Amino acid sequence: MNESFLIVAIITALFLVVAALVLAKLIAPRSTNPQKGEPYECGIPTRGNSWLPFKVGYYLFAILFLMFDVETVFLFPWAIVMRSLGTSGLITVSFFILILVLGLAYAWKKGALEWK
Amino acid sequence: MFDFKVVTSWIDDLLRVQAGIPEFWTLAIEFVLVGVAILAAYAVLALVLIYVERKVCAFFQCRIGPNRVGKWGWLQTVADMIKILLKEIIHINKSDKFLFLVAPFFVIMGSILAFAAIPFGKGLHAIDFNIGIFYLLAVSSLGIIGILLAGWSSNNKYTLIGAMRSGAQLVSYELSAALALLTVVALSGSMQLSVIVEKQATVWNVFHGFAAIPACIAFVIYLIAGHAETNRGPFDLPEAESELTAGYHTEYSGITFGFYYLAEYMNMFIVAAIATTVFLGGWMPLHIPGWEAFNHVMDYIPSVVWFFGKAAMCVFFALWVRWTFPRLRIDQLLKFEWKILMPISLVNLLLMAFCIILF
Repeated sequence: MNESFLIVAIITALFLVVAALVLAKLIAPRSTNPQKGEPYECGIPTRGNSWLPFKVGYYLFAILFLMFDVETVFLFPWAIVMRSLGTSGLITVSFFILILVLGLAYAWKKGALEWK
Repeated sequence: MFDFKVVTSWIDDLLRVQAGIPEFWTLAIEFVLVGVAILAAYAVLALVLIYVERKVCAFFQCRIGPNRVGKWGWLQTVADMIKILLKEIIHINKSDKFLFLVAPFFVIMGSILAFAAIPFGKGLHAIDFNIGIFYLLAVSSLGIIGILLAGWSSNNKYTLIGAMRSGAQLVSYELSAALALLTVVALSGSMQLSVIVEKQATVWNVFHGFAAIPACIAFVIYLIAGHAETNRGPFDLPEAESELTAGYHTEYSGITFGFYYLAEYMNMFIVAAIATTVFLGGWMPLHIPGWEAFNHVMDYIPSVVWFFGKAAMCVFFALWVRWTFPRLRIDQLLKFEWKILMPISLVNLLLMAFCIILF
């Protein structure tokens, strides 16, 4: 039943966007003008291409995010059965977290967390 | 306490037994009803939130705020919605037309899917997966894709910078939010939202004996990370108007801009609602162990009132923070997450594990 309600929610979201777009198409005014299609940017005519190579700093954070996001995914099953696993489970997971913290410490030491 | 299951099973019984509609059509009608309910609640809450934001902001700044359309200006957002539908949708030259059109779908999809999973009252939720928290984290990440696509496809340097900032900020703060929710999953022993709420029947998670200390720390971390994830408060640098015009949605016009506006406000509500459900007991009334008469009186207040009261407090807190702190720089923002918030949340998780196993 839950899965079918998930599909209902997806269809609802699609319906909201499509219906609003169609309604706007029907009642909104339309006029053509070559100036209108220019990107607004900051108000003056744009120069050059906008699709340029971008600062690598953002990419480093995305890589670090991948590592720690997978970590949280691994921690979820442990969190549920924490009570029954008890102390042995805690020690094992502490070791797992320690390895990841070493990874973070390495990235920190290497300067990946600095914004240059 | 009134259980909303009574209403749903009454409708089911009315359609199936009394009207004698075949199985397939009963399901179809029920699905349409659920979809309409989600849509109506979503739209009405968004309109109310925008009005509340404008009014509360005005009072913070010693202004009056909207006061012309309707009494106390309460029809202002409805008028704005009609106006935004009447505006032309402009297509930008040389933009990536397909991605430009698809981006709002992702943003709205992320917020509606998260919205549908929130338990608003006893028996009042559309989706109740046994991996509820995990599902919420997964669908709330959909919004990031929409924002990145919007910034990239607009053919505009400022939107690209806004989208990149937004992407870095959202993925970074996602980690702290996930770790903060993880502490509560450990405390409740379940990821299902309804089970997490049921477990807080006697005490809310933030007052839970020894576990209250890590739970309170996790609550504060979740609020900070939640504000950052909704691009609000002191973390609104993806749309810093003084440097980036309007950030990733500069080139959107008319209703396509409206989608971003709608999703931003609903995400603020969703963060408040998740914080309420997970830390503040959801729709559970306030119970103090030992005070029998007090607990009994509290049970008479409907569950929906409890839920929306707590969520409204969290929303008000978000507005308060927004108008109190100045905007951060991108390097301060990322440093704060990776060097302060992230180590604290990891240690906090281990602290919670100690509390659970030892006590």
